[in-house]
Amino acid sequence: MRTSRRAFLTTCGAAALSLTGCATRAVPGGSQGTDYPAHSVQYILPFDPGGESDTTARMQQKPLEDALGTSVVISNRPGGGGAVGWSELANQVRPDGYTIMGANIPHVVLQPLARGEAGYETEDIKWAYIFQSTPNALVVSADGGHETLEDFLEAAQSQELTLGGSGSFTANHTGTLTLAREADAQLTYVPFSGTAAASPALLGGQVDALMTYNTEALNLQDKGMRVLAVASEERLAEFPDVPTLVESGFDTVEGAWRGVAVPPDTPKAVIDTLADAFAQVNKDPEIIERSEELGYHLEDMGPAESADFIERRKEADQKLLEQFDMLSG
Amino acid sequence: MFPGFEDALAQVVSPQMLLLCVVGVIGGMAVGATPGLSATVGLALLLPVTFTLDPTSGLVLMGAFYAAAIFGGSFTAILVNAPGTPSSIATTFDGYPMTKQGRSETAIIAVTTASVVGGLTGVVGLLFLGPLIADVVLEFGPQEYFWLGIFGLTMIASLAAKSLLKGFAAGFVGLLISTIGVAPVGGDVRFTFGVTEMQGGVPLIVALIGFFTVPAMLDLITNPAGRSAAMHKERTQREPGLLPRTIRYVLSRPLNLGRSAVIGTFVGMLPGAGGNVANLVAYNEAKRASKTPERFGKGEVDGVVAPETANNAVVGGGLIPLLTLGIPGAPADAVIFGVLMLHGLRPGSELFTEQGPLIFTFILALAVAVLLLAPVGLVAGRGLQRTVVRTPTHLLVPAIALLTIIGSYAVRNNPLDVVLMLGLGVAGYGLRHLGLPPPAIVLGVVLGPIIESGLGQGLLAASGDAYPWMSFFTRPISAVIAIVVLLALAWPLLARWREHRAASRGTATGQTTETKAGANDEA
Repeated sequence: MRTSRRAFLTTCGAAALSLTGCATRAVPGGSQGTDYPAHSVQYILPFDPGGESDTTARMQQKPLEDALGTSVVISNRPGGGGAVGWSELANQVRPDGYTIMGANIPHVVLQPLARGEAGYETEDIKWAYIFQSTPNALVVSADGGHETLEDFLEAAQSQELTLGGSGSFTANHTGTLTLAREADAQLTYVPFSGTAAASPALLGGQVDALMTYNTEALNLQDKGMRVLAVASEERLAEFPDVPTLVESGFDTVEGAWRGVAVPPDTPKAVIDTLADAFAQVNKDPEIIERSEELGYHLEDMGPAESADFIERRKEADQKLLEQFDMLSG
Repeated sequence: MFPGFEDALAQVVSPQMLLLCVVGVIGGMAVGATPGLSATVGLALLLPVTFTLDPTSGLVLMGAFYAAAIFGGSFTAILVNAPGTPSSIATTFDGYPMTKQGRSETAIIAVTTASVVGGLTGVVGLLFLGPLIADVVLEFGPQEYFWLGIFGLTMIASLAAKSLLKGFAAGFVGLLISTIGVAPVGGDVRFTFGVTEMQGGVPLIVALIGFFTVPAMLDLITNPAGRSAAMHKERTQREPGLLPRTIRYVLSRPLNLGRSAVIGTFVGMLPGAGGNVANLVAYNEAKRASKTPERFGKGEVDGVVAPETANNAVVGGGLIPLLTLGIPGAPADAVIFGVLMLHGLRPGSELFTEQGPLIFTFILALAVAVLLLAPVGLVAGRGLQRTVVRTPTHLLVPAIALLTIIGSYAVRNNPLDVVLMLGLGVAGYGLRHLGLPPPAIVLGVVLGPIIESGLGQGLLAASGDAYPWMSFFTRPISAVIAIVVLLALAWPLLARWREHRAASRGTATGQTTETKAGANDEA
């Protein structure tokens, strides 16, 4: 009996070790990444398990393994809204492509701007691919008296309205600020600790509206809430009757973009291999079907396109934060 | 009454579902018993597995895993003062003293019984009350969470055994620790001293291991004789009939079980609070209702029963807002939410009507998993207990040391957390010798974010009002909790006054006011 119990403990210990990913530090893989990938790739999410970024990565795991021809190990390194992971990526991770990390826009733009010392600079994040976006959506209660976006913004001229959203210095936050600026409306942003945490505040009537993502807007619509506008370039397939803010005359396209990034000095060949792999993942029929169901919009931006895109976002966000006096330092 | 209920019942008792329950329970228990590996992390690791299963099987596996992980957290809490998950914080308060007295087997049996009762209550709440009371959840806004947090702070009064002042000082240390990192409202970076990784703050489990497990380990080193005596007693005096006697004892106190289960179900329903709050509240209420509160913290069985009943009730309670409103009631529920979504099942009240068989199979499987906790828990839990008891101190201490390091690293896969854990451990050891109770510090760490977010969000949400702070008193539920806070603050003073009066009367008539041992039944 004694041995079996000891065996039980050993098994627990071994399980714990393997679960926590002790195999993280891998041997360097060859020269200049021509034989990349020669062994398993570590795919780190700088967020807690269970969120949209995490769920997406776990959805991608299988097709990504097929595309890369090697195993992919997913782990989480949460903290500081992603900043802990990204600063590690920028400063400590070996640039060999065997450790890749999920990265989000506008997080990697806004954190360095607003915090000053986020531990990394936006330029340190080298993008391999941007594969997904979730545009902002403005949602109100159906019995709140705001039938259209115009109604809502008109009401916000004469009185202060509150908008809940996910966290400070997020797409929901800047989306609210931009709308307030563009429409000259009195909107107060109330940050909650996550997308799901903000929704009860609208359902329970503690805030007048939510600036949330299209994915959560789908859930809220099922519960009788009204989607007034979306902040995408074009109308969204899941909300064909909901106008974009652009067509209502407001220059605001805002939301979260998700992609995958590597350390600054990663060889180009490795980045290209990763970009090709993620492009292939986006063509996986199951990924397409699940993404559609969940409201994730597939994006296909390679390394160069991603860099351009981020530069444009940074310029716009810098201007916005300057206007609201939210730049650090 | 429930469409599809009979189909669900037939499906649950199929061999495949039962097997999934057993697998989930065993896996969950192993993960739960490892400090640092929370139910949430374990569930996330299971997520890809569920892709290959049909939705029902996936949900059943996850439900069983979740329930067992919460339960498994109590083992290490009792045996080595290391709560396996934050849901077992209060279990250490009496569980570890019981181990030190050589009564760890009793404690394991008691928490197993309590967990089954609590788990079943949560499931019953989910099944019958779920759709009815889901709307109550929405009445809880930022202001209410603020007051809930303040109410939680009043527990310091009962956690601080000796000096109320030192208790509050410890609570404020905890609150201060909770402010490290990025502010939940406003996004300011605080107390990181330029260390990037500190932006993530101090994770609760790291604080728990530091403040509870490290000092316990140091005690074992400095006073090995104490343990030897207790272990010797437990090894040599194998009491026959301990199992049925302990189960009977726990079940003979329905008030404690019922109260704790209701607290767990209700707190679990609230999206802003989870098992980490529920187990502390249940412990505190058990102590407050007890006729012999002085025995709490010294190895009182009721003290381990209350938190473990409550945290297992949280499992079912937390699923109420998830399945009816699509709002995860606890962090682990977010992962289950992900599974539902990935299978194209959008939570909401129509989920019950449209997906009746699936949802009821899930709920019933949860009940089966909870029942399975008893046999599996008694075997695994007592196996672990005997191993720990038989391990000589000079081997146990290094084993615990390894556990603290793995556990604190595993939380975020971050080596900094190991450093933080060791630092907090040494600090906790020192602070305890100054008379600052570690449980009160941890209470501050748990409640700080709830209070801070509630205050900030409440003020912002009411910014249209002339006086935003008035909303903290004019909202009906807020006003009620505020009054409860006042009563809770007055309670220790009242109790002391009553004690004083009773004592003076006792001396006057020459009678002793000491209650007889074992006669601590609740009124």
